[in-house]
Amino acid sequence: MTKDSTKTPAATTRRGALKTLAAGAGAASLPLWARYAQAQTSEPIRIGFQVHRTGIGAAYGRWYDRTTMAAAQLINESGGINGRMVEIVAEDDGTDPKRGAEVVEKFASQHNCDVGFGTLFSHVVIGSAPRAGELKLPYFVVSEGHHVASGMLNRYTLQPGITDVKSQVQAMAPFVSQNLGKKVTMIFPDFAFGHDHRDYFTAAIEAQGGEVLEHIAIPPTETTFTKYFPKIPRDTEVIYHVMVGPAVLTFVKELGEFFGPSRPEMFGFIDSLEAVDIASPGLEFLEGSYFWEGNPRYAQADQSEYDKLYRAAVGVDANGASVSDPKDISTYAHMFGCWETLHVIKAGMEASGYAGPGDRAKLIEAVESMTDMPHSIAHPQGAKLFNGKTHQVFGHQYISKVEGGKLVLQHTTSIEDTLYPDEVDYTTQPL
Amino acid sequence: MSATQKMIALHGGLLGLLFVLQFLLPAYHHGNLARVMVLASYAIGYNIMFGYTGLLSLGHALFFAAGMYGMGLAVNLGGVAPAPALIAGVLAGVVVSAALGLLALRTAGVAFMIVTLMFAQAGYLAVLYFGAYTRGDEGFVIQQAQRIMWGIDLSDPANRYFAAYALFAICLLLSLWVVQRPFGRVLVAIRENEERARMLGYDVFRHKLGAVVLSGTISAAAGAAYGLLFGYVGASFASVQYSIFPLLWVLLGGAGTVLGPFIGTLFMFYLIDLSSGLTSAYMLIAGVALVVLTLFAPQGLAGELRSRIWRWLP
Repeated sequence: MTKDSTKTPAATTRRGALKTLAAGAGAASLPLWARYAQAQTSEPIRIGFQVHRTGIGAAYGRWYDRTTMAAAQLINESGGINGRMVEIVAEDDGTDPKRGAEVVEKFASQHNCDVGFGTLFSHVVIGSAPRAGELKLPYFVVSEGHHVASGMLNRYTLQPGITDVKSQVQAMAPFVSQNLGKKVTMIFPDFAFGHDHRDYFTAAIEAQGGEVLEHIAIPPTETTFTKYFPKIPRDTEVIYHVMVGPAVLTFVKELGEFFGPSRPEMFGFIDSLEAVDIASPGLEFLEGSYFWEGNPRYAQADQSEYDKLYRAAVGVDANGASVSDPKDISTYAHMFGCWETLHVIKAGMEASGYAGPGDRAKLIEAVESMTDMPHSIAHPQGAKLFNGKTHQVFGHQYISKVEGGKLVLQHTTSIEDTLYPDEVDYTTQPL
Repeated sequence: MSATQKMIALHGGLLGLLFVLQFLLPAYHHGNLARVMVLASYAIGYNIMFGYTGLLSLGHALFFAAGMYGMGLAVNLGGVAPAPALIAGVLAGVVVSAALGLLALRTAGVAFMIVTLMFAQAGYLAVLYFGAYTRGDEGFVIQQAQRIMWGIDLSDPANRYFAAYALFAICLLLSLWVVQRPFGRVLVAIRENEERARMLGYDVFRHKLGAVVLSGTISAAAGAAYGLLFGYVGASFASVQYSIFPLLWVLLGGAGTVLGPFIGTLFMFYLIDLSSGLTSAYMLIAGVALVVLTLFAPQGLAGELRSRIWRWLP
């Protein structure tokens, strides 16, 4: 466990408040409840941060950690939440659902956290959310999984800082069909993440008048891919790939060897290459191909003022790498979710007048009542629309092209492109 | 006091202590102990095969997952109530362990370890392959409303504790009873010298198969209970990691002792929980502790107790 409480010169500290009280002539006449209220509100707001420090999600966890600490520092420098400092209480979930659930219990019962927050991998979220619901601990996830909006989880689990895979995938179909081709072959890992892409994209491209010629599911234990490529139909216009994990470099290299100089158009999800340098040897084949990005990794020509501030606060350079180590590539397409979620927690606590764990239900209701989230320093990735019934946020998606070993933004989807009918109404569940 | 009386006092004392702790422990440790009791039941199952029969399995996650998915799929797809779903989980364990036993017991030693490991890996991949039903690696939630058994909400902390306690007590007493019976004695005889047991006229294969089925069934019961009590069923519980865990717990606590699995599970749980508060390299601390224990207490904690103080310890 690590703690980070960033001080702000502007805020009232407990010691300062006590000195003032002691010195003030009228202090003795204050009723007892007022003194208690002062002591209570001087306590920091404790945010349990469930982080992938170890396990398969460690690269994401490292950047989620940096982003979270930077956001907490900014919030504290701006006066905290309701005048109280934010303290991040981080615990490693080992990218494991069992440990994730234990960590949530630890936040609620041992660390006395006000809320839980943070984790990415879907199985950890799904394994942890039931415990958060039972413990009535508001649990803000940054997972991009569809599990929140699908209705699988509970009223105490929300995803207000990052869009979900269903909305991301369906928003890609118009661009792919209009610019790259209508006959698609999908290559995806044969587990839940890949199946989500298979199901949502297939439906979305068909709605655009296109079709998926072949679904090629790659077993998760596979280390070489050449034998799968002959299954790609000859008349394929676009290859849609979402390979993830360490084998992605082999995948790209072998795909390049298979097609040589004449390849169909290629569209992929950057998830495969988060924390990986696009200019890495072996990835040359990706030149000219397109990627979904949750947030453009490379600072674009028309970079917003908010992205500039956010990038500087987290310590990311214009190429999406750490300012202290150009080889340490960030998970830029996802990690903004931590920043934005912390700002949503702040906004929710301020709207509900949150004073302590007794107000957790009010916090949930306050977040549920949110709708428009304008593009701002609190939402540097772009404007968003929150759906209080499904506990899921919707936002712009970015499509970039690899040009000269860098990702250059080509298209920004509208929020409307990402919307789909509600599948659940969590507000009907008791608090 | 006779050895039997001491044995009853010790094991009864542990169960009594665990019962009383329900009312004393703070919320966090209360929840932890419920979890430890279910996992210790899994370790008890493992101990029947490894500790008492000498069969080193590297594939017990297959049984744990069989119970978990037997229960979880019955609830999620079949809409079955928790009690029959638990039975479905246990039955899945019986079937899978009998099938595995019939095949894997044709091998011995290292080959047995490899065969069990491969079967477990096949089970894990099957969970991923049938993702349309199992939700693959993501897994699925057993909703609170689906966890109400005979009007008792198993998501309530006190109810969950008592359910875990009941499972642990049954597994502990069953284990104690089995190792005192002739069947259990024959298992120990097989562990000590299989050829001699066979020469004495015991049907070694049948006894070993019985041990595999009993071990697999207890493990499956623990898996089913874990899913039901904590509301989540996922493929990670079928991964190789969850085959190694019970081995570590049993080795730490003392293989071939009835109390060892509980001691080892409790020790390992808190070792990881506390060391993760100090460093992100907590698995290193766990690893060093394991090496030290293996060097200085090769029979595990309860095993050392038996060899040094309590020679009557079953």
